[in-house]
Order: sequence, then C-alpha cells, then structure tokens
Amino acid sequence: MTTGFQRSRGGGAHAHFEDVEARMVASMAAQIVELLRDSAPSAAAGGDDTDPLASVVGLGADAPLPRPDDPVLARLLPDAYRDDEAEASDFRRYTEPGLRDQKASNAAAVIASLSEAGADLDVAGPAGGAAGGAGVDVELDADGVDAWLRCLTDVRLALGTRLEVAEDDEARWEQLPDEDPAKAMHDVYDWLGFVQETLLRALR
Amino acid sequence: MLAQVPWVTVVWNDPVNLMSYVAWVFRTYFGHSTRKANKLMLQVHEEGRAVVSDGSREEMERDVEAMHGYGLWATLEKASG
Repeated sequence: MTTGFQRSRGGGAHAHFEDVEARMVASMAAQIVELLRDSAPSAAAGGDDTDPLASVVGLGADAPLPRPDDPVLARLLPDAYRDDEAEASDFRRYTEPGLRDQKASNAAAVIASLSEAGADLDVAGPAGGAAGGAGVDVELDADGVDAWLRCLTDVRLALGTRLEVAEDDEARWEQLPDEDPAKAMHDVYDWLGFVQETLLRALR
Repeated sequence: MLAQVPWVTVVWNDPVNLMSYVAWVFRTYFGHSTRKANKLMLQVHEEGRAVVSDGSREEMERDVEAMHGYGLWATLEKASG
C-alpha cells in the first residue's frame, strides 16, 4: 500500500503506487472524463453533430444553460448565482464548456502521468494477477501537482455526492457490512483523501 | 459611497474538500499568506461561508469561475452593507 507523496526537488512530488492503486486512480479519473464528456450539452442534444434545428430554436451554444439534473454534475459545475436562476444559467453558458474542458484535461493529465510511469492501465485483472506487481513510481512537476490536486478533488466530490457524505459521519460507514458496495466506494473516497493529504503535505 | 465595493465572492462549506486543500487554494489563487489562508478556511468550515474577495462584478465572476475550477463551492453576490 502506498505511503503517498513526498516532496521532490524543484517544487514537484513523487509517490510509489501499487499496480492496483494506479489502476484505481486512473479508472476514477477516466470516469470523470467520461461523465463530463457524455453529459456535455452538445453531446446530449444530438451526439457529435450539431443539430441545425436546435440552434434555430435557441438550444444552441448561445442559449442559457440550465443546471445539470445529476447532483454530481451540479456539484462539479455549480451555480455561480445562488438566488438568481436566470443569472446563473447565463453565467453557465459562458463558463461551463471551459470548466468541463479544464476538469477533463486535469483528469487526462493524471492518467498520462500514471501511464508515463509505466502503469499498465488496460489490464483490469484481479489484484495480484499476472501483471508485474512491481508498482509504479509517479513523478510530478508543479503542473502535475496542480492537475492531481484538482482531479483528486473532482473524484472525491463525485464520490462524496453519490454517497451523500456529511460532516462527521464516520460511524455511518464503519457500521456498514464489508460486502456493501457503498462501503467499498467510501473506502476509495477515504483513500483518495489520504493521497491528496500527503500531496498537500509534500508542498509545505 | 463611491469607494464602496459592490460585489463579493463567497466560498461555502462542503463536507468533502479537505481543510488543507481549501487553504492551499486560497494561498495559490489569491496569494494569501499561510496565516490568512488558514483563517479564511476556518471561517468557511466553522461559519459555513466566508467572503474571500471583493471587487467589480466582472472580477468576482472571474474568481468564482476559478474557484469552480478548483472544486470549491463558490458564488458571487452584491456586498451587503
């Protein structure tokens, strides 16, 4: 099991991950990319093709965007105006596409850093399988640190929203039986928090 | 009256973000000292919200957009009083 990140010379950080840990991080990051891509308004409106009729009737890029229905997306892409739906959706129309791109590119950078470190991310085999087992050494420069911190945040926001985590709710998770999928998901959530904490500590 | 600042950026408490991360965002984006960043972070955590910047509406929209990029829950509003 990883001990998390340590400071590197020159403002970066490094960590050793077990293969199964590297695959876990990459898989969570990939799910963020997928979630943001598949839910993008243009994708929802008609796949890759822009629908000419949609733009005529005001459903194109110039129309105000409503808040996403999915609570995870609503948390990743929150309203900027709390009590003014019209202002919030107008703001969203200008900023949401860029925010989606930024979050997806942070997640892609995390996957790339694991892949560059030699992680075999295609093998979704069981832990302790035939795939090496030596783990990977991840080395991050300042930009990599930034992408990891933001991406770990987005993954934890997504998991935390799905799980409906609350302040001081540790007892709720401890009493769940091991076979409950929510318990496994919460373990991942906690572990990603540990990794993020070590990365923040490595910067001090 | 003319000097009065009309808009503020508010960061809201959430149960997910690590306190150390929120403080790091305030140091990184606003350039705050460790002391000031921690103070603002604690205010978010304990009072549920904190005003983290003030200025024109355009400036606050930029700050809110940046906070969303960091995954913080931020909104802008007219400064009260």
